[in-house]
Amino acid sequence: MMNLERMTQHAGEWLRGAGPHSEIVISSRVRLARNLAGYPFVGRSNRRQRAEALARCREELVSGRIGSDLLWVDLCESNELDKQLLVERQLISRQHAKGGRENPRAVAIDADETFAIMVNEEDHLRIQVLRSGMQLGPAFDQINSLDDSLEEKLDMAFSPRWGYLTACPTNLGTGIRISVMLHLPALRLTGEIEKVRRAARDMHLAVRGLFGEGSEAQGDLFQISNQTTLGRSEQEILADFQHAVVPQIIAYEQQARQALLRQRPAQLDDKVWRAWAILTNARVLATDEVLTLLSHLRLGVNLGRIDTVDIRTINEMFLLTQPAHLQKLTGCQMDPATRREARASLIRQRLGVR
Amino acid sequence: MKRKCDLCDRPATHHSVEILKGQKIEKHLCDAHAAQEGLAVKAVHKPINELLSNFVKLHSGAPAAQDLECDNCGLKFSEFRESSLMGCPQCYTAFEVALTPLLERAHESATHHIGKVPSRAGASEMRQQTITRLRKRLDEAVAGEDYELAARLRDEIRKIEGHDPGEVDPDEARPAPSRAKPSGRDTDDTAEKHP
Repeated sequence: MMNLERMTQHAGEWLRGAGPHSEIVISSRVRLARNLAGYPFVGRSNRRQRAEALARCREELVSGRIGSDLLWVDLCESNELDKQLLVERQLISRQHAKGGRENPRAVAIDADETFAIMVNEEDHLRIQVLRSGMQLGPAFDQINSLDDSLEEKLDMAFSPRWGYLTACPTNLGTGIRISVMLHLPALRLTGEIEKVRRAARDMHLAVRGLFGEGSEAQGDLFQISNQTTLGRSEQEILADFQHAVVPQIIAYEQQARQALLRQRPAQLDDKVWRAWAILTNARVLATDEVLTLLSHLRLGVNLGRIDTVDIRTINEMFLLTQPAHLQKLTGCQMDPATRREARASLIRQRLGVR
Repeated sequence: MKRKCDLCDRPATHHSVEILKGQKIEKHLCDAHAAQEGLAVKAVHKPINELLSNFVKLHSGAPAAQDLECDNCGLKFSEFRESSLMGCPQCYTAFEVALTPLLERAHESATHHIGKVPSRAGASEMRQQTITRLRKRLDEAVAGEDYELAARLRDEIRKIEGHDPGEVDPDEARPAPSRAKPSGRDTDDTAEKHP
């Protein structure tokens, strides 16, 4: 049986640092929004209706048909730290973490964290599949069959004209949100990241940071996702990402990396080795600083400028140095100042220095 | 050295110099006071929900739309304007007139769903979907002057429509899944709620 304590020790599958193009594509994610027919949407449901919808979904999810080792987390019963932990692991949204006991809601997570199903978020069901590297194809296949299994037993709100009906019209139609998390340090260092943003905007794509809205560019990590969900099939949206959007951004980043290597190798090495020096020696570290340093270190490892650490360790540190993970790992609640010390110490330990 | 705001103790982030009647007037203001003075332009990325609700406020102009109300859940269109959230699946039918232009703007001019159809939604929806998709491809074929493909698509559409007496009207949007309920399954009568 898996539990949150065990989960904390490592990052989920999506941060494994493997999969195609994992030097740039950190993870692939596909999400579907679904609602039960016959109920009002969650926002307009009363407590009884929410509890009913939750029970109905739970019945299907824990039945064993979609996965035998599912962890069911009742968020009404969870403490703040556990909820924050799930947010940091991208298993629930910040919105889902909020709200008190009067909002019956939960999340079902499979053992290796490749999928998570939020129940009673903005929509009754928010199904997501997360994979490391560029694996949108397999992620889509997995979510599609999860959705098929759920549909065998649950009637979903659907209209021939508008498709899957969602609480917010921005998700209407396919209810699909495809996104990739990209590590773009070279485009950042060469000042070309604005071009990517502009191009993404022109293609009706949203650009966000590691932790969604408001965390833009932390650690040079960018999440790119589709905004249009109506009038284009899942396969068309997917194909855009697989054949146009992602390959092109990967090519830009690679060009920028080669340019750095050719034109400014000393400055590049300086960034990389300074990051290493600080991470292995600092006694007090804030989250923002850590993300920037880890980003430079990751770039260095990917370009073969440093081999004192592997990608998986770096990826894990992106997550384990976040506030809730840090507190879970050390087993105590800490104020921000104490956390900064614990963070520096955790990093030295993971990097194999005292 | 950081300069303080002229009006409070916060750090000044907005600086301006004006020449008025030969006199130089310097202003150093914090974010909040600059906003009050109308100096600051906040360039933040707005989440799409916010953009949408602003857009709804602007363009759901037809006064009649404001009085629309969903028979099923009682949501008023004016409430949707505030929250940009629908109350229930039937709201899409109730607000269809006011909603269509809005959805077109939010989804690159799309007016119909193309993509997955729940298998339980019934064969007729499946067929309707296929026709919608073929029609879209037909339009593209005609636009691209690929008449051979267009002819083939036309035949395909005719063949599918042949199974269905009377033209399929994709605009006839009714909440499908409640119709598609197989008999003898569970007795969850909330799923059958109809006004």
